Amino acid sequence: MEKILSLAGKTAEEAEVYQVVSEETRVKFEANRLKQLQTRQQTNIALRIIKDGKTGYATSTEIGDGKELVNNAVETAAFGTEAKFKMPGLTEYPRVDILDEAVDSVSIKEMIKLGDDMIAAVTGHTSGINCEASVGRGIVTVKILNSRGGQAEYKKSFFSLGIEGTLIDGTDMLFVGDNESSCHPISDPERVVKTTLRQLDLAKNQAKTPTRQLPVIFTPDGIASALSPPLMAAFNGKIVLQGASPIGSKLGEKAFDDKFHLHDDPTVEYRPGSRPCDDEGVASRRTSLVERGSVNGFLYDLQTAALSGKESTGNGSRGRGLPSPGPSAFIVSPGNTTFDEMVADIKEGLVVEYLMGASQGNVLGGDFSGNVLLGYKIENGRIVGRVKDTMVSGNIYQLLNNIAAIGSEARWVGSSLQTPPIYLPGVAVASQG
Amino acid sequence: MPDIEDIADELAAELKKHNADYLEARLEESQTSYITYRGKDLDSIGRSSGSGGNVRALIKGGWGFTSFNSLDELSKRVAQAVEQARAAGSGKSYLSPVEAIVDRVPAGVDINPVTIPLAEKKKLLDEYNGIIWSTPQIQTSNIGYSDSRKKVIFLNSSGSHITQERSDVNLTILSIAAKDGEVQQLLLSRGSRGNFSTMQDLHEEVEEKARHAVEMLSVPQVRGGEYTVVLNPFLAGVFAHEAFGHLSESDFVYENERMRDIMTLGRQFGGKHLNITDSAAVPGFRGSYKYDDEGTPTTDTHLIREGKLVGRLHSRETAAKMKEKPTGNARALNYGYPPIVRMTNTYIEPGDVSFEDMIADIKEGIYAKDCFGGTTSMEMFTFSAGEAYMIRNGKIAEALRPVVLTGNVFNTLENIDAIGDDLDRNEGGGCGKGEQMPLPISTGSPHIRIKKCLIGGS
Repeated sequence: MEKILSLAGKTAEEAEVYQVVSEETRVKFEANRLKQLQTRQQTNIALRIIKDGKTGYATSTEIGDGKELVNNAVETAAFGTEAKFKMPGLTEYPRVDILDEAVDSVSIKEMIKLGDDMIAAVTGHTSGINCEASVGRGIVTVKILNSRGGQAEYKKSFFSLGIEGTLIDGTDMLFVGDNESSCHPISDPERVVKTTLRQLDLAKNQAKTPTRQLPVIFTPDGIASALSPPLMAAFNGKIVLQGASPIGSKLGEKAFDDKFHLHDDPTVEYRPGSRPCDDEGVASRRTSLVERGSVNGFLYDLQTAALSGKESTGNGSRGRGLPSPGPSAFIVSPGNTTFDEMVADIKEGLVVEYLMGASQGNVLGGDFSGNVLLGYKIENGRIVGRVKDTMVSGNIYQLLNNIAAIGSEARWVGSSLQTPPIYLPGVAVASQG
Repeated sequence: MPDIEDIADELAAELKKHNADYLEARLEESQTSYITYRGKDLDSIGRSSGSGGNVRALIKGGWGFTSFNSLDELSKRVAQAVEQARAAGSGKSYLSPVEAIVDRVPAGVDINPVTIPLAEKKKLLDEYNGIIWSTPQIQTSNIGYSDSRKKVIFLNSSGSHITQERSDVNLTILSIAAKDGEVQQLLLSRGSRGNFSTMQDLHEEVEEKARHAVEMLSVPQVRGGEYTVVLNPFLAGVFAHEAFGHLSESDFVYENERMRDIMTLGRQFGGKHLNITDSAAVPGFRGSYKYDDEGTPTTDTHLIREGKLVGRLHSRETAAKMKEKPTGNARALNYGYPPIVRMTNTYIEPGDVSFEDMIADIKEGIYAKDCFGGTTSMEMFTFSAGEAYMIRNGKIAEALRPVVLTGNVFNTLENIDAIGDDLDRNEGGGCGKGEQMPLPISTGSPHIRIKKCLIGGS
């Protein structure tokens, strides 16, 4: 990496090398039994330069002699955007615990047993169910070096397990499942199994829904499938800068219900979305986004922050191209109503666990509309069965402005969202048949 | 960077040394370039290159798969895959026979799109972005262009040695209009199997999309419920892909008794006018290739003939298990993934109804055009149309906010009551399955009409 940095330094004013190396092992089950063992070794190197004030960028899977990488970066710099930012110099990073060496020593045998146990629990509960499961572990090492003396290096472990069950009856299909991830090894699949069995119990009967406005409880998974994707776009500093965020001009103003609080936090220990610094070497920090319903901030990387007259919030995130603002982990603050209390409060309504296709429409505008792939009908304060052939639609800016209650039980969905259930008093429901 | 051709022979020899039911390897090298705009300004421009490979082993029905981009110590990788397969297998291996093939397939385009100077690509995108920004009330735009050139060498323990090259070009142009805190967006998406010139004459379409995005700010949202819906070829093609295509991927079926019951050959899925085909063998589309990622030659696969299920898509394993012929549909996104059963160029064959006749007897219905995205659960599908209009008394009437359509796959295929005479293909976007996306595919269809389709709304 030093070699590339010095090679790039000969033609560019500034340079930065980013390298990520990952090793992953996975055990996969299909049709209720072990099917495949998988390992993956991957190295990616990215070179960002500033030449004549403009940004150039190139990536490769191999350093080689570094010349191709430097040449490609120089070629792109001729067309690059004007670099408005300064790369961070030597920085002190917060301590964020994300490495548990024990992950590396979990044996394949133990991983297979975890999968077998999950499948045995689910198939033992419901006969005829067809399960896929996977158990994975890995280590990621990230290194950043820049010509202003900035350097960062961290190692992160991750472990994940999940199960998906399909129950078919005629052409009727029911999909259930759960997954969990951590930087620690997960030795007990209890949470995943418990959630899956509960879904099977609640979905045993079918119930009909009218076509009209109904109170709806979105579970954490339901929120991830419908409500959080528009929020993740709306708080992205780049979309704000473009004027394409519906809340971009509402800093300090009320845009949501008073009960709604949201922040981004890459410093929660042993979470796969956590890290001591972002992908540009800016120190991680907690960023408040919504406080008491008022817009409190947006997420920035270095360039977007410079263009917006702000400071980077340490949310520079790399996909294929240049760093761009991205959430590390969105966290919705819990309220004080239990899920059971929410259900008890509803005379006729729905629980939405998964809304299929909800995030493929006008996400920027906050509109969503999806088919209830897993959801339940509430009648007179009780869940009575599963709903099907039903669409739930709305606009998150209208809906989150009037929240009946926020749940007290928060949980992680994947690595980038932690949220309790949210109870909305009136959501458009359309049903067939 | 090491030349993958140089190490292929050594690796091929290594595959024959081990005691496995089957062994294969893929080596890959690729170059890409990309340009993105966010708003008026260029956001990201870059080039990337990469190489890597994988080894896959089958022992007693269990698979081992190891992928890497360090091309040293290949013999160790082969041994690792074999060891994994041994740990995973406890039954019988199923694999349809495919003859050993030695072949070399060129990319089939005159100009490698990656080598076209970035300046030329940028100039074109500047023109398109200029058109969007000259449209009154446009808030902003997002443009994403990427191209790639890829060489893949496939080797297996039966002696196959196939080198295939392909190029790909993909362009998405999003026009975003905003007013009083409301945002509307409209997408133009184009793809090509490596032919950059197909991206060059889109000026009028870009202008129309931008204008319509602005219009959508002031049009009403439809009331949710059941409607007769007419889909344009683009959306109908996505429907064929989402609502039926994924069901015909045999990896969902081969080890699931109840799914096999649903997908019994001969089952009636729709009317006599319904014919659906998947074919990688037609050359020149984004889903076209000569051999799949298991080295199986491709075929035309009729999925539905006159409304009846007559075929499905296979890998070597699913074909053997179901005692059918492999169809050459095992595809992998790149060397980091094992091949799984995927679609290629999927289309509804044309019927004989003109568009005018199709809408003539609709009193109140919806005309839905183009597509923002679609997904399926096998039983249920949803997709969001890019544009929507009311149909009133046999005529296209007022524009609507974009609609989301959903339904039960089985009922909806039965509810197709008219198939147009105007087949058109779409090559934009890509298909996702598991973690492998976006895989280049194409879809196609004429206009189709569906009775009783559920539309989400206010």
